[in-house]
Amino acid sequence: MDKVYRRLNDQVEKSGYHLNPDVEFTKDLVWGLLANEQRYGYWSCPCRLSANNLEEDLDIVCPCYYRDPDLNDYGACYCALYVSDEVIRGERKVESIPERRPPKEQRDAERAEEKKRAEMMETTEFTGKLSKPVWRCKVCGYLCAMDEPPGVCPICKAKKERFERFI
Amino acid sequence: MDVSNLDKDKGDHISGIDRGKIVMYGLSTCVWCKRTKKLLTDLGVDFDFIYVDRLKGEEENQAVEEVRHFNPSTSFPTTVINGEKAIVGFKEKEIREALGF
Repeated sequence: MDKVYRRLNDQVEKSGYHLNPDVEFTKDLVWGLLANEQRYGYWSCPCRLSANNLEEDLDIVCPCYYRDPDLNDYGACYCALYVSDEVIRGERKVESIPERRPPKEQRDAERAEEKKRAEMMETTEFTGKLSKPVWRCKVCGYLCAMDEPPGVCPICKAKKERFERFI
Repeated sequence: MDVSNLDKDKGDHISGIDRGKIVMYGLSTCVWCKRTKKLLTDLGVDFDFIYVDRLKGEEENQAVEEVRHFNPSTSFPTTVINGEKAIVGFKEKEIREALGF
């Protein structure tokens, strides 16, 4: 557990993010992530109910798609595993924040919509303006123009399946 | 949901001062849920807690429906007081006030 915490902390600091400086609190959440890895096979958010299905939970695999907007608005992600610079400097306090993740019905509808869009994109021929498709990391917003998204996001280390075709 | 039928790690009744029927729906991995449970325990009130992530099948569906009824985003912790008022999240001040502290 301590090893996972240290490795995560190193990686997070290298990519310009910060874990909650309350080490006991943070280790509790890391324990939750490891428990979820064992139960579901992936790092499902410890503060959200997993569907035990990666496709449905892709948005809440840690770091979740809601982390960055929550860091901007509240200085912490939903769990408060990640905190903003302001919190690190002691200018802002961490507290329990509202849930940004849409309800299940809306998520299901959005996923269906995205699937359609992705299929459409796949069949669209390039008309010459772009030499490569552009892929977007849904965790951190990193963009790259390649035939395929990278296996791991070079910025936030999110896996390939969390990229979407952007252009 | 009747917690007396559940295994103790899935949910339980904690005896204490009667401040109405209090049910805390939480996740066993969530630190805000842990804080809420600790707050209720420290206040010494009578309450039930349910760890929804440890339930399965029909039990899980029933608990999720109960939470959704009070809190459409089905987030945790959700603390329901007397089947009327729900406090979503670890809101220490709100919980204390709602329970008359």
